[in-house]
Parts: sequence; C-alpha cells; structure tokens
Amino acid sequence: MTSVGDLAAYRAVLASRMRSQRTYRFNFRLDLGSSLLVGIVELAEVAVLYTSVHRIGGLDLSAVLLVFGLADLTYSIADLAVGHCDTLPTYLRAGTIDVFYLRPQPLLLQLITSDISLRRLARAGVGLAALVVGLVVNDIDWTPGHVAVLLLAVPCGIAISAAMYVWAAGAQFFLVDGAEATNAFVYGGRYAATQPASVWARPLQALFGFLFPMAFTGYLPTVAVLGLSGPAWLPAWLAWCTPLAAGWVWLLALGSWRLGVRHYQGAGG
Amino acid sequence: MSEPIIETDALGRDFSVRDGLRRRTVVAVDDLSLRVEAGESVGYIGANGAGKSTTIKMLTGILVPTRGAARTCGLRPVADRRRLAREVGVVFGQRSQLWWDLSVRESFSILAAIHGLSPERERRRTDELVERLEVGEFLGTAVRQLSLGQRMRAEVAAALLHSPRLVILDEPTIGLDVLSKQRLREFLLAERAAHDTTLLLTTHDMGDVERLCDRVLLVDRGRLVFDGTLTGLSRTVGAQRVLVVDLAEPTPDLAIADTEHLGSEAGGLRQRLAFDPEHTTAARVLAAVTERVEVRDLAVEEPDVEDVVRRVYSARGR
Repeated sequence: MTSVGDLAAYRAVLASRMRSQRTYRFNFRLDLGSSLLVGIVELAEVAVLYTSVHRIGGLDLSAVLLVFGLADLTYSIADLAVGHCDTLPTYLRAGTIDVFYLRPQPLLLQLITSDISLRRLARAGVGLAALVVGLVVNDIDWTPGHVAVLLLAVPCGIAISAAMYVWAAGAQFFLVDGAEATNAFVYGGRYAATQPASVWARPLQALFGFLFPMAFTGYLPTVAVLGLSGPAWLPAWLAWCTPLAAGWVWLLALGSWRLGVRHYQGAGG
Repeated sequence: MSEPIIETDALGRDFSVRDGLRRRTVVAVDDLSLRVEAGESVGYIGANGAGKSTTIKMLTGILVPTRGAARTCGLRPVADRRRLAREVGVVFGQRSQLWWDLSVRESFSILAAIHGLSPERERRRTDELVERLEVGEFLGTAVRQLSLGQRMRAEVAAALLHSPRLVILDEPTIGLDVLSKQRLREFLLAERAAHDTTLLLTTHDMGDVERLCDRVLLVDRGRLVFDGTLTGLSRTVGAQRVLVVDLAEPTPDLAIADTEHLGSEAGGLRQRLAFDPEHTTAARVLAAVTERVEVRDLAVEEPDVEDVVRRVYSARGR
C-alpha cells in the first residue's frame, strides 16, 4: 500500500517536471539540440579512431558501433532516470535535504524521483541509433542464446549505470564539495564503457571490469553475440553474468548510500 | 493520562568540528529532558547556536542523538521516520519545501500525493488552507515569483496539508513585514483552535511568543534553563517594561520614582522610562509624568526575546 502511494507521488512529481520543462519550449529544444550534439560528437570520436586503424582490441568499426550503442543507450536511460542524483551536493549545501527527511518516503527514492531531465532523451536517441545500426551491419548469428544475452544486456546495463550515480551520491555525503572526485568514476566509466575493454590498461581492467562493472554494459554482450572469445581476463561467457554484475554494483551503491545517510545523521560511520 | 506528543530524556548531541588539523567536539544539546502535551503551544527560544535547530532535527529524525532518547508522537524519530512524517509538519523559515519552478497549486497536489491523501481529503484541506491563509490570489503563480510573505504562507499551507498533529515552526516570521506576521499568527491560532494542533516554534520575535505560546522553553548552550510562562520568564530576569512618552514641549530629563530614564529624543520631546512591573505600574508612572508635563502620546514597550535571553545568559555568567 505504501508503494502505491510512492508511485502516485512519483507520477505527480514527474508529470509536473515534464510540464515545467515543456513550458520553456525554446530552452527545452536548445537543451535537446545540445545534448544530441554531444552524443553525436562522442560517437564521431569513436568512429574517427577507425579512419587510421581497421581494428582496435579485436573489434572493427561495426562491432564497436554495437559496443557504443549498448553502452551509450543504457547509460543515457540511466542518466535520464537517475542522473539528477548528482544534484545532491546542492541540496546538502542549501540544507534542503532536510526536507526529504520530513516526507514519508525513502530518501533515495525521493532523490531519484525529484526530477527527470527529458533533454537526455536526445542522448538516448543517439545510443539507440548506434545500437540499431550495429545490430544491422554486424553479422550476428541470431541464436536464442545471443538474443537472450542482448535482452539481458539492456536492463542490466541500465541498472549498472544507474548504480554508478547512486554510489556517487552516497559518497557526496562525505565529500560535499568533491563531486569532481566521483565524476571521474561516473563519467570516466561512461566513456570507458563505449570503448573495447580489451585495450584497457591493467588498472582500468580492475576498476571498470569488475569493481564498477562497466565492461558488462557494452563490450561483453557485444563479444558474446559476435561469437568472439574476448581477452583472457574477460572471457565472453562472462556476458551471462551481467545480472550478477548489476547485483554487485547495486550492493555497492546501496551500501554507499546507507553509509552516506548515516554519516549525515551523525549516527557514526 | 494521554501520551505526551514530545518527550525527551537526557537528550544530547555532539558535533565533531575540524579546528585546523585537530578535531574537537562541540556539545550542541545536552541533558535535555522535556515533555510537551498534545494541544500545547510552546516557544523554544535561545540565542543563535543555542541548540534549537539541533533539537528540532533530533525530534524529526533528521539527526541521531548522541545521548539520551526522544519520542515524538509516540514514535522513535529516526527508526520510525517515515511514519512520523505523516504526523508532523515542519516549516523552516529559511528553507523552502516547495518546488521553485512549479505553481503553488501544483506543489500542493504533489505533496498531497506524497502523503497519500484521498482526492476528497486533499480538496477539503486545500480549500480550507487556501481560504484561511489567503493563498488563493497566487495559487497559479510559480513559487519563485512569490514575495517572501506569500511564500511563507504557501510554505505553512504545504506543511499543514496532511493535517499533522504536531507542527514545528523554525523561525516562521523571519523577514516578514508586520502585516504578514500578524496574518500568520492569526492563522496559527485559528488552526490550533480548530484542530487542537500542537505547536512548537523557535523564534527571535517576542510577538510570536506573546501571541502564540502559552509556554516558553529557553535553551542556553544546549541546556534547558527555563521552562514556564513568558510572564514567569520576564519576572525571573526582572525584565523591565518601557514607557515611551511624547511630550507637548521640550522637557529636561524626567526623574520619576521607581523608573530609570533611558534617554531623550528631539530635545526632550520624547522620553523613555524603564520600570519594573513588580514595583510599579504603567498607570502610576504615567500619572507621575502627567503631573509635571502634558503628554501627547504614549506607548508601552514589552521586553523583547533578545533582551530577556541576554539577561538570563548574563545571570548565568556568560
């Protein structure tokens, strides 16, 4: 019964946010446009690399399109849904976070549902386009297994990316003015996810391969559906463990959030 | 007989503050034991940094106490935070809980959804608050475009939308003009009369305490130093009242028995005389003045919170 109430509250907030964003049509279009441009530039950045080399880390341009498409689409959707978690430092500084404590919903849910940035739809559009093209131009053997990997990859990719924001938000309770420190991981992870993980240096392998499993959002599903073997440290069969990776990173995220909230309340920790 | 709405037992809270390289512990609230019954209206006063906001945060589950325990509406504030949120409404004078880019009406309907009010209850309560707080004229206005007085009325309505049993107001009249203060106080009195709401307010404004509170709690350095009525508080510190007289012609400083001459303005046209209500009355002082000189106008000033607080503090040796 509480969850029904929570849902109604979420709907009310989101509906009003959407209305207010539509009120400023010109601004909104400008936002959409710039967001689209950023997406295209990032895609172009990947493509440009392939003008001088044919393969990077065992992937050709069409394969990398798939990596980019999966990673960027899932990340953009997560960004759309929970990206405003990075406004937490503003709430902390202004003390408006206290207001969240005075409402009968879980704090994290309130933060997540406090806004939605529709302009990020444009980014998701770029990711989706890259994914569709990637699925068409690659020679994919459409076995049930490959379809399953792809179907797993999208929701799990969104979950993994969303967890990155939540983890970072939890850390903000300690850092307050240190958003840059977490951004290095959040946005660094986003960028790394759109590249072939096989070329990552060793520290990156540990960081974005396993600690923050960004390799599971684009690279692993791609090598799995293309029938490639993947590097020794990240074999293609790991693509089946994507839900596990999502579970792990959410554990990390909720742990970080919980520690952060307890720190704010001064309950030790 | 019934359960108190606020009950604290030796409540205390420390903060660890970085002081250069070292960390030092600051005691914000200490050994606070109090009991507020349902339906009371309590003024919680003290200087800045006396521990008022920290106490409120512990009572509403925002902060975990370092020592002791608190129960608000019979619930444990931190553990039962979400249930407590349905029973308590909080107004922060300095912190908005509305959505700055939405209209007041939209903010209200989001809050109604957050508190899970039925459409019927939402409509009835919104109508009631809109009428009594005179919010109607700016219901469709975006919050960011409201004047401070309008915004405070909207904030109060927002905090009371779910009909909380306990309303906590942290500096509700700060920055408001006289008329807005007046309206807000009248509303709070009416709300209390209509719904038997318990009020706890922190304020620097004596008018708030005088008009709204039948009990005063005074904190100093985190400790409760007075619990009683405002008159009782003024009496314990011997707070003086001041008679201000406007005279018909410039007069040398008046020397009246049982009063202290505080000052003259405009060459003696206006004079200020302090007296202790324990020893004399305003009428007697006035009579003594009119015996000597014609009085055109007069006013009696009550001691203000700052003054009373200062006296209590200095009596305690700080």
